[in-house]
Amino acid sequence: MRILMFGWEFPPRMSGGLGTACYGMTAALAGLGHRITFVLPQDGEAGAAPFLDLVSASGVPVSDNDRDDGMEALLRRLTLRPLPSLLHPYLDPGHYHALYLSERRRFSETARVYGPDLIAEVIRYGQAGGVLARTLSFDVIHAHDWMTVPAALLARRISGRPLVLHIHSLEYDRSGEKVNEEIRAIEREGMEKADRIIAVSHRTKRMIAERYAIPPEKISVVYNAVTRTEAQRAYRTERPGERKMVLFLGRITFQKGPDYFVEAAAQVLHVLPDVTFVMAGAGDMMGRMIERVGELGIGDRFHFTGFLQGEEIERIFSLSDLYVMPSVSEPFGISPLEAMMYDVPVILSRQSGVSEILKHALKVNFWDVREMASKIIAVLKHPVLAGAMAEKAREELRKIRWEKAAERIAAIYREAVSGAPEPERGQI
Amino acid sequence: MPSVCLYFQVHQPCRLRRYSFFDVGHLHDYEDDAENRRILDRVAEKCYLPAGALLLQLIEEYGGAFRVAFSLSGVVLNQLERYRPDVLEGFQRLSATGCVEFLNETDGHSLAFLSSPREFREQVLRHRERIRSLFGQEGRTFRHTELIYSNALAAAVEKMGYRAILAEGTEKILGRRSPNLVYRPTGCKKLKLLLRNYRLSDDVAFRFSDRNWAEYPLTAAKYAHWLHRIRREEAVVNLFMDYETLGEHQWRETGIFDFLKALPGEILRHPDFCFRTPAEAAEAHEAAGEIDCPGFISWADEERDTTAWLGNAMQQDAARKLYHLETAVRRRKDEGVVRTWRMLQTSDHFYYMCTKWFSDGDVHRYFNPYESPYEAYINYMNILDDFSQSLKKTSKGEKRWQRRAIACLR
Repeated sequence: MRILMFGWEFPPRMSGGLGTACYGMTAALAGLGHRITFVLPQDGEAGAAPFLDLVSASGVPVSDNDRDDGMEALLRRLTLRPLPSLLHPYLDPGHYHALYLSERRRFSETARVYGPDLIAEVIRYGQAGGVLARTLSFDVIHAHDWMTVPAALLARRISGRPLVLHIHSLEYDRSGEKVNEEIRAIEREGMEKADRIIAVSHRTKRMIAERYAIPPEKISVVYNAVTRTEAQRAYRTERPGERKMVLFLGRITFQKGPDYFVEAAAQVLHVLPDVTFVMAGAGDMMGRMIERVGELGIGDRFHFTGFLQGEEIERIFSLSDLYVMPSVSEPFGISPLEAMMYDVPVILSRQSGVSEILKHALKVNFWDVREMASKIIAVLKHPVLAGAMAEKAREELRKIRWEKAAERIAAIYREAVSGAPEPERGQI
Repeated sequence: MPSVCLYFQVHQPCRLRRYSFFDVGHLHDYEDDAENRRILDRVAEKCYLPAGALLLQLIEEYGGAFRVAFSLSGVVLNQLERYRPDVLEGFQRLSATGCVEFLNETDGHSLAFLSSPREFREQVLRHRERIRSLFGQEGRTFRHTELIYSNALAAAVEKMGYRAILAEGTEKILGRRSPNLVYRPTGCKKLKLLLRNYRLSDDVAFRFSDRNWAEYPLTAAKYAHWLHRIRREEAVVNLFMDYETLGEHQWRETGIFDFLKALPGEILRHPDFCFRTPAEAAEAHEAAGEIDCPGFISWADEERDTTAWLGNAMQQDAARKLYHLETAVRRRKDEGVVRTWRMLQTSDHFYYMCTKWFSDGDVHRYFNPYESPYEAYINYMNILDDFSQSLKKTSKGEKRWQRRAIACLR
């Protein structure tokens, strides 16, 4: 099948779970023989990012000796179409504005094309992306999350091809009850007009059905998976020293529950003073977290690394004795799977989609700090427990593969295509 | 005369309360009384009371020709004494008919034999005494927790004066021989070995209500017909199962009680067949050969070994730490301390930590009050931590004595 995908990010430039997931499923879909045109936003600065070297001026990939065979095969079935835009997966209106201003200062010429606020930019990107549908031929449109909704809807209208909208995260996940109504409206319109919806967990499916009044029959659950790369081997055995290390890795935002991690750390350190806690990532709550760590007087055992990427992430996982994901609302949550690849035992919040598929992990309610601390202590105190969990997790991980997810997605494409809507030409 | 030997295992786990690391040093009662009571009440209503009444009725109806055996774990005895004396009285009424044998086992439904021979012996003696005082029966037959068995166990049991021991009739020890015969354990002189016919037992215990089973629905007549095919003069067909099969694992709606009601008549329809309790069967039949079982077997899972309780590192770690406390526990000379230590020995705690089948989520899952084997291990280790700390503290009595002793020396 030929797929027009409105996706996010491409390695090596990845900033989080959405990009990782898009790439993983795209590679697996290409592996199944599907042809994909991958449209993604690209800001001025990233124009120089290494992955763009993979793409010729016309958007057709060029060969490169350094690339491995898997990548080669993938690129043969994949056409990357970067479109200039300031969008990236984890923007909110406030951040967009700051980004827009700095971009305008630096590239006063090019920046003029970008929308002055986030919503305007999403619409502008949507028009630029949507019209690609005129020049390309494809059987199905696959879009990821609200920022790609205008592009996807326009492409659907132009081509008459069915739209599969993939929901990785909802405004309610990102913002709790303080939702941005405009964003919520875009999400809702996208889901109402899409021919099929893919949710990354039953948790997300429930939220879509309940909060957006979408008929559940229209929503299929396809869990994310992880991609194994050889690079990880390099750090496998590196777990030095006596002092154990507990890791939080993710955006330091409301959604990820960093505050619960800090409180749990204080309780653990009260009992086991010789433990290091690491908070890796950046986000709007970082300042408050640093302050709170100071207040609790645990600064000598609690470290902030700032934003990590690529090898730094691999390295931090391989140094950890335990990974904690205390998310308040996590539609899926790919990072526990990554931790498991490094034989790191995992504690995760029950308020996450990934907890629906992981059995060999410990689970807590994100608000139950005492229970979280108690479980952190248990894993650190009993090497036998950590060992048993890591061993079983390895087996479990073998079953969580993008190939399987891609097969499910392909089946959903087929359903969408067989019940495709009539094209509505001439009214754009 | 071929014998049919019907034995029911009666046991309820002692479920532990959710015990966080932060409870260590603060909370010293470990049992989830409310949950234990809730489940006991449920099982009493669904199984113990109606099944007991039916068995009593059948025994009276067949005037002694229908006979059964029970083994009540010390753990369930504790719970019945505390919460449901009516159920216990029901068992006493059954015992009074003279047609019901009560077996002996380890009092704590434990795996003590695998870790401490002394503790094993003490638990068996205690259980023997309890059965004697509750039912006026001298134990003649022994069965180990989860039908665990080995040559060494048989030898120890013979030494304690038992005449018969029960084990799983698995091909692992039988080879191509029949389970429907009485055997002699290797190394024993008097003790006789009765082996569970697992196919016929599980036809009732597991498959009775399985609509996908080719033999569904199972009627008493059909089942008796299968038994009657085992026509050898010296045959003993051992049907061993959990008592909770009747009404709890197999609900009343499956027809399990009607099946049981019709079963004695259907079996006794054949004039050669009779019911015997394990002790009677062991006495009535000569050993047909010797069974060698150097390693441990049990009735659990496909493997029929002890890996359901001691198969993974967490289970082994927990057991090692528990039995490591033995000396300290005994030094305290405190009934309550020993009781707590025994309660922590109950095999179920280890069963909950089993990771073997956790991924597939089957029978282990059904009986497991924990979300995962890891939670079971953490909870148990927290409790064990508190228990072992409490052993280190000197008791009030000891403290008083020490003060006085010092005063004397001054």
